[in-house]
Amino acid sequence: MAKELIKGNYAVVKAAILAGAETYFGYPITPASEIAEGAALYFPKLNRVFLQAESEVASINMLYGSGGAGVRTMTASSGPGISLMQEGISYAVGSEVPCLIVNVQRAGPGLGNIAPEQADYNQSVKGGGHGSYKLIVLAPNSAQEMCDLTIKGLELSDKYRTPVVLLSDAFIGQMMEPVDFPDPLPQKDQPKKPWATHGTKETMRSIINSIYLEPLEMEDHINRLLSKFKKIQENETMHEEYMVQDAEILLVGYGITSRVLMEVVEIARKEGIKAGLFRPITLWPFPNKRLVELAEKTRDILVVEMSDGQLFEDVKLQANCKKGIHSYTRMGGIVPTSTEILQKVKKIMGRN
Amino acid sequence: MMQKVYRKPKGFYDDFFRNPSPDKKTTHYCPGCGHGIVHKYIAEAIEDFNIGEKTVWVSPVGCSVFGYYYFDCGHQQAAHGRAPAVATGIKRSKPESIVISYQGDGDLAAIGGNEILHAANRGESITVFFVNNSIYGMTGGQMAPTTLIGQKTTTSPYGRNAFNEGHPLKMSEILSQLESPVYVERVSLHDTAHRNKARQAIRKALQIQIENKGFSFVEILSMCPSGWKVSPVDALKWIKENQLPYFPVGVYKDVYSERKTKEITKRVWDKEKIVQALDLDRRIESYPRSKPKKEIFEEPKVKIAGFGGQGILMLGLLLAESAMLTGKEATWIPSYGPEMRGGTANCHVVIKNGKISNPSVDKPDILIAMNQPSLERFEKEVSDQGLIIIDTTLVKKGVSRKDVQVFAQPFADIADKELKNTKVTNTLILGALIGLTGMIDKKAIFDAFKKHITRENLIEVNKKAIDKGISLVK
Repeated sequence: MAKELIKGNYAVVKAAILAGAETYFGYPITPASEIAEGAALYFPKLNRVFLQAESEVASINMLYGSGGAGVRTMTASSGPGISLMQEGISYAVGSEVPCLIVNVQRAGPGLGNIAPEQADYNQSVKGGGHGSYKLIVLAPNSAQEMCDLTIKGLELSDKYRTPVVLLSDAFIGQMMEPVDFPDPLPQKDQPKKPWATHGTKETMRSIINSIYLEPLEMEDHINRLLSKFKKIQENETMHEEYMVQDAEILLVGYGITSRVLMEVVEIARKEGIKAGLFRPITLWPFPNKRLVELAEKTRDILVVEMSDGQLFEDVKLQANCKKGIHSYTRMGGIVPTSTEILQKVKKIMGRN
Repeated sequence: MMQKVYRKPKGFYDDFFRNPSPDKKTTHYCPGCGHGIVHKYIAEAIEDFNIGEKTVWVSPVGCSVFGYYYFDCGHQQAAHGRAPAVATGIKRSKPESIVISYQGDGDLAAIGGNEILHAANRGESITVFFVNNSIYGMTGGQMAPTTLIGQKTTTSPYGRNAFNEGHPLKMSEILSQLESPVYVERVSLHDTAHRNKARQAIRKALQIQIENKGFSFVEILSMCPSGWKVSPVDALKWIKENQLPYFPVGVYKDVYSERKTKEITKRVWDKEKIVQALDLDRRIESYPRSKPKKEIFEEPKVKIAGFGGQGILMLGLLLAESAMLTGKEATWIPSYGPEMRGGTANCHVVIKNGKISNPSVDKPDILIAMNQPSLERFEKEVSDQGLIIIDTTLVKKGVSRKDVQVFAQPFADIADKELKNTKVTNTLILGALIGLTGMIDKKAIFDAFKKHITRENLIEVNKKAIDKGISLVK
């Protein structure tokens, strides 16, 4: 297939269909609405389901029903809508229902605005709803990764029977870039799900459920979920690194911020500053092993993000570098420029 | 010889193996509770219609949360109030299954009010059994949306007061007002005659789903001796004296005979059809490599700014698309940040031979300013030896910097007078841009038109605008 110049949001829709997603349930919200619009355009062409739900509360529960019935299913939303879904996401974790939830982050709290932020980090990587659990959180930084990580997200979700969040932002969602789409996954290669309620003789004993009245049984169930999360932690971390080998200052950021940071590294290197970039692609499980390794070799770490320092807190909890771990944040919908970050880098490196 | 056989209907498991209680034969419901009777009627219908294999049961939160202890079919347990949404998800995914949403009054009429209303209004081909006992049973007898005026509960200890809590919700009446539902009936369990009607209503509701005709809803007035604090026998009287006068039984809507069976369509999995449906079957020709006139035009960062409606986003899009067609990497982004305010539109395009790091442009090599504020705002950001293109139709005060290349033309006027269409001002500028820079082959731009200019009659005039733009430079 030829490369297509496409918005990240539309790339998600096409990728999901290529991966075999059969149903999309969602409620419009800027800047994620293009995903709903794209799904409304493309899903029905192939007799798949697009349904505009009455609310995000309803959409996530439709995902629960659909994922529980054994088909690949997804939704997309942003800030306030994702908050409304938290109950349903917790249920999906508890009942082990696979589904993909795309969050095209906007600025908050409250109504906020529709420009990009990265302040749903904590909500995503710490669970977000009630109970002890984690979500697999994938953070694309290009239209190509909006495609690739949508597919990866659906795969991981099925592999571990747990919801996956694609944590994007208004910038990555709205940006157009050339995308190479893979071939569609044939029906015969779709994962088999004998545990789901297909409405067939073979699956009459299937049950999608998260109630365990006996505390001992409940504890066993939670422990089973937690051991699954441990396995995910051991096997599924993804990250990207750039010019880290001799880096004296390691820049850490994800999503659109990591693209700006890559430019900062390019410019800094030209000016003789040994900068490198570490980008977590999975925000949970966090690629902390490698981060810790790199941190030990580096003098300073600068975490750049569009929130009040949520990623910074996690980096600080895990990594130890020789001198200091610093934070640079912009909020309210402002994407930091490479110029302002470079200034901060120079200040840390004593190069003014 | 005739033999009387007592057995459970086949819709039930023979042994309630999922029930953790040592007793695997009886239900967990209190003596005199109505759920057991409703369960039995449904289980009988499942057996008689032979639909157990196809059935998926959605349990609510409430006393009937343990539906999966009893019914021999697939099960999903839903969050409080969300059963109709979960049922929608199942039915839309597996349209051949029979999906039953079984809900109590707190679940359906309070917290789940929105989900039931919209599932009914969409005409989902599901069956909803609504057990109305005017109280929250499982949580210990709190007030329900269907609790009667004056009725004392743990959260209405002085009796339900219409001025404080409003009147009990009449769900059958409400849902029957909607266009989509096929069948809405309220029945009662307080005596044998009414129970027979309840049994028939349950069968009819399932029959409608078996024929895939749409949404069916049965409200069942049902006993809760524990919640009402009366004996099982008195509970029957309680329904008659308290519920019946406010919740009249009867058929509220029945358009079964008018509604047609909805057809079930099969998903398309054919590779070619998927690729075609997703518009991924495009063929790209090969174009000659660009021959930029200056080094900075080899991998330029471009900012295009002006008023909304001047075709700024499209100009950027055509530039990015044609760059991609000639084998380059390209990014396009409508601008975010403080500069998006004030009714202006702008976009950033980055073109590179290799991977693009930052798609956001804060120091453009090329600025196209289509109005005065854009020039004033962005002029100072342009890189040394960069290029500024201005439309002098609107930009009266020119470029003040001396270290940049400037190309100024009354583009909008030229488009109006010579091309008879001001809407092609943007492509006219694009023509001038490629004439000035040699960045992109014009054939690639013509190819980009095919994808982005949907009205075919406009393609010719846009091509003319490109040629005219190029000629302005010579």
